[in-house]
Amino acid sequence: MTHSAPHIEKPRGTVAAIKKALGRDLLSVEEEFGEVAIYVRRDALVGCMVQLRDTCDYQQLMEMAGVDWPDRDPRFEVVYCLLSLTKNHRIRVHVSTNEDTPVPSVTEIWPVAGWLEREVFDMYGVLFSGNEDLRRILTDYGFTGHPQRKDFPLTGYVELRYSEEEKRVKYEPVQLAQDFRSFDFLSPWEGADYPLPGDEKVIKSGEPPRGTPPQVNKPKTTENTAQTGAGAAANVEAKKRTVRKPKAVKP
Amino acid sequence: MSMQQDLAPTTGDEVIQNYTINFGPQHPAAHGVLRLVMELDGEIVERLDPHIGLLHRGTEKLIEHKTYLQALPYFDRLDYASPLCMEHSYVLAIEKLLNLEVPLRAQYLRVFFAELTRIKNHTLNIAHHIIDVGAMTPPLWLYEIREDIMNFYERASGARMHAAWFRPGGVHQDVPLKLLTDIGEWLDHRMPKLFEDAMALVVDNRIFKQRNVDIAIVSKEDAIKWGFSGPMIRGAGIPWDIRKSQPYDVYAKMEFDIPVGTRGDCYDRFMVRVEEVRQSVRIMKQCLQQMPEGPVCSDDRKIVPPKRAEMKQSMEALIHHFKLYTEGFKVPAGSVYVATESPKGEFGVYLVSDGTNKPYRCKIRPTAFSHLQAMDFMSRGHMLADTTAILGALDIVFGECDR
Repeated sequence: MTHSAPHIEKPRGTVAAIKKALGRDLLSVEEEFGEVAIYVRRDALVGCMVQLRDTCDYQQLMEMAGVDWPDRDPRFEVVYCLLSLTKNHRIRVHVSTNEDTPVPSVTEIWPVAGWLEREVFDMYGVLFSGNEDLRRILTDYGFTGHPQRKDFPLTGYVELRYSEEEKRVKYEPVQLAQDFRSFDFLSPWEGADYPLPGDEKVIKSGEPPRGTPPQVNKPKTTENTAQTGAGAAANVEAKKRTVRKPKAVKP
Repeated sequence: MSMQQDLAPTTGDEVIQNYTINFGPQHPAAHGVLRLVMELDGEIVERLDPHIGLLHRGTEKLIEHKTYLQALPYFDRLDYASPLCMEHSYVLAIEKLLNLEVPLRAQYLRVFFAELTRIKNHTLNIAHHIIDVGAMTPPLWLYEIREDIMNFYERASGARMHAAWFRPGGVHQDVPLKLLTDIGEWLDHRMPKLFEDAMALVVDNRIFKQRNVDIAIVSKEDAIKWGFSGPMIRGAGIPWDIRKSQPYDVYAKMEFDIPVGTRGDCYDRFMVRVEEVRQSVRIMKQCLQQMPEGPVCSDDRKIVPPKRAEMKQSMEALIHHFKLYTEGFKVPAGSVYVATESPKGEFGVYLVSDGTNKPYRCKIRPTAFSHLQAMDFMSRGHMLADTTAILGALDIVFGECDR
């Protein structure tokens, strides 16, 4: 009764061996979904990687991924996916950084990191100290901005076309006839902690936002009419007794 | 001009200057939109700088704005030579996060079509490798095989290339029995005839060997350091195959051999692919023998939408259908890295979920990234004409490389 994703057996004593090899540079170890993720100190990354490669037998760097968490500090996470060919096991190494602080480059250990770091730099603007060739890789020549950041719009800022008059490719600000249709599927009953669109007109300051459960520590009473919600009679005229005389019908 | 010549190193009266040439981005041997900036000393490559990204479409950014199911067809468009193998990693990553069980028949169908895709990819690559070094007839015969496979694709999914047939939880639709018997017939007769005929012209051909043997030798150490995978690492002599060592779906039940190279040159990489086609045929035949009857998709109604016919009859099915095709399903928060053995190598998906109906981050590991990067050191000291053979043996598709 489980998924059929690649079956990876965790060798016995993996985590203990990593803890022993990395010592105080290891911040934490997380194991979920059967995968081992370790968080290491950024300054000590190169030493940790050498230890992981030589002592723990993770010979190959298969992948590097950046992740942007705008609410966190530091903002970016760089994830290294390592593979052990001899132990047949994978681990992930996470370091975190922000826009200004460079991550030590691992190109000395694995030359394949050259392009992988270039991609993370291109997409997120994370700097890597020690990478001698930190050019953009996937985006256009002369591109500005880092497109995978969460605050970069999906449409980008410029669009290009070939201008027949000027006989060259022209860059112009993006103009879309229709906006990208993005729907908010976070239901207010499942923990949206912001006012729903349109509600800001109704919600006065000091009132709890809509979606928060009603206060239940005060028992509900209906002593007077205001508490019942019935209020005062709205239509005084309706209470007046009027006697209508039927009109005489003449034969 | 004269100043330049004075400064350049000379031997006798001759002036030798390194010069830089630009190869691509529009070149039939570039396998797509690859631009190579090559520094040449005469006809010998001194340095080679691949410029990629000309096909960058921002797939990963787009996926962050789509639900899990809507993001699936993007994977067909990554490596358009082997679309179903791209989907395989993605659906397995979602299933791992959801811990979703897949019915046995669906697992067999997935493996069956993944191997069909492997044949499709390898015939294309082998054909292009051959055509890059100058032969014409074998590629035409190999394209026959590819055409047949596209027809099988169409009969299974309705599309010749971009199948979008795998789903989280299984496959979209069951295949007709006639299709399976037709493929079985094809595997027995037509396919081996076409393939072996084409290979008989190439593998022992003197010219083909002269163009490939001892070209771009990669040692085991280099293959590991440069993050090689798939036929590239096996060509270097390391018997590493994710289907064998970390089996997914029903690969654990399959019997097949892993070919490895002995010298690590372009010819070895070519021959590894040739043998993998034969092994894929073996796997497909085993699938046909063992495939049970049964459902082809998980019956978890909170993840897998009901069929249309059912939707017309049942109110509950109608609600599920509507909810799953608009809002989609929510995936528990967490992150996984799932890699499968695509025909080109390790194709991985690093999927980060924040508990909503859209992936928070979906990093795709292209096989081409590490292989193309290594082309610089593989080409150094070789002749200019060898770069096409090296590139052909790398097996690069730019839809996947540039994403």
